[in-house]
Amino acid sequence: MNTDLIFCMGLALLILGVAVFVVGSREPFPAVVGFVIFGLLVSIAWMCLSAPDVALTEAAIGGGVTGALLLVATARLGDSSKKGQKTKTPMGFHGLVILLCVAVSAGLIAVVLTFPEPAPTLALVALEPLESTGVKNPVTAVLLAYRALDTLLETVVVLLAMAGVWSLAKDSDWSKTPLFGYSPEPGGPLVLLAKVLIPVGVIFGIYMVWTGSDHPGGKFQGAAILAAMGILGLVAGVTSVPAVTNAKLRWLLVLGPAVFLVVGLMGFLSVGYFLAWPPGLSKAVIVLIEVALTPSLALMLGLLVAGPPRQLPTSNS
Amino acid sequence: MTIPTIFGICASLLIGLGLYGIIIQTRVLRKLLAFNLVGTGVFLLFGVIGRRGAGGGLEGDPVVFGLVITGIVVAFSATALAVAILIRLHEETGDDSLVDEPPDEEGR
Repeated sequence: MNTDLIFCMGLALLILGVAVFVVGSREPFPAVVGFVIFGLLVSIAWMCLSAPDVALTEAAIGGGVTGALLLVATARLGDSSKKGQKTKTPMGFHGLVILLCVAVSAGLIAVVLTFPEPAPTLALVALEPLESTGVKNPVTAVLLAYRALDTLLETVVVLLAMAGVWSLAKDSDWSKTPLFGYSPEPGGPLVLLAKVLIPVGVIFGIYMVWTGSDHPGGKFQGAAILAAMGILGLVAGVTSVPAVTNAKLRWLLVLGPAVFLVVGLMGFLSVGYFLAWPPGLSKAVIVLIEVALTPSLALMLGLLVAGPPRQLPTSNS
Repeated sequence: MTIPTIFGICASLLIGLGLYGIIIQTRVLRKLLAFNLVGTGVFLLFGVIGRRGAGGGLEGDPVVFGLVITGIVVAFSATALAVAILIRLHEETGDDSLVDEPPDEEGR
């Protein structure tokens, strides 16, 4: 048995252990912290599966930004709800649920153990026209050339989710800005961290977007890092967001999907299909879309974490 | 046993565990956490299928990996919307669980 295998077994056990903690923990706060750790461990699992692009996405979005979102939610919900926590589920029902879940897991494991040989794959189909797209990272080619429609719809989904979050604002809070409502002491460690880390993080995020066409990375991962820097800045109070009614903010949010859509429609003129890139210009078009999408995605991800616009409960500070 | 098989089994167990959490937990935030465990399990299982589809010098099927990246971002968006609804529910009713009525003395 080689060391890789032992490492992966240990990692899988660790992932399962943390997952049991997330489900079984009494209090919500430790469960959320466990979930962040879970996300980071799973991103290592993605590295073991030779998928660095997915590993970066899982670490940045699955663990990082989702973790921030859930931590904020835990803080806002507070410890108020003691009721409903102690409801006893009847013994028979509990047993039935365990039986169901074990059956689901056992069924899936049976599938895993009887996967067909040789495995079905689209790797060769994806590699064949890679040369013509001009990008070297096959995952980026999938996201922005072969399956560009998925990516276009995905950015629209993120935009719609954000519209949904904003629409949950109270009428009286509508012209306000999304806030975290946390005011750290000026000159404290958080403010220092924000001032030191944000410039480095922004450069790293932009690098991640740029390198994505040839190496692991890309707009989602880069945008998540930029969003994280924005969230840090907001929490530390060194940056601010304009009110959600601000026209410039809204234009910036739709910029990415709009450019994607317009360039996609131009495919009708140049090649004859929607989302078809003109031959020879593929790489330029892909980079243009990635650059246009990055600020929009970063803003959307950050604003999704910040939640609907609201007024601070204590407005005297 | 190979590396994909190990993570395939791990993913299968995660899905079962998450499903248990979704049904048993009463507080919505905990249900959301469990829901994300199921999601991660599904992505991981799909990733295992992608890893097995290695070919042509690639260490996996890029189509699968691309779809998983899309899935992770969409799952985050859905979670964010769910959290916003939950917080609004909490503001309106002061409750963050899906139990219809608070358990009274004769309830057990």
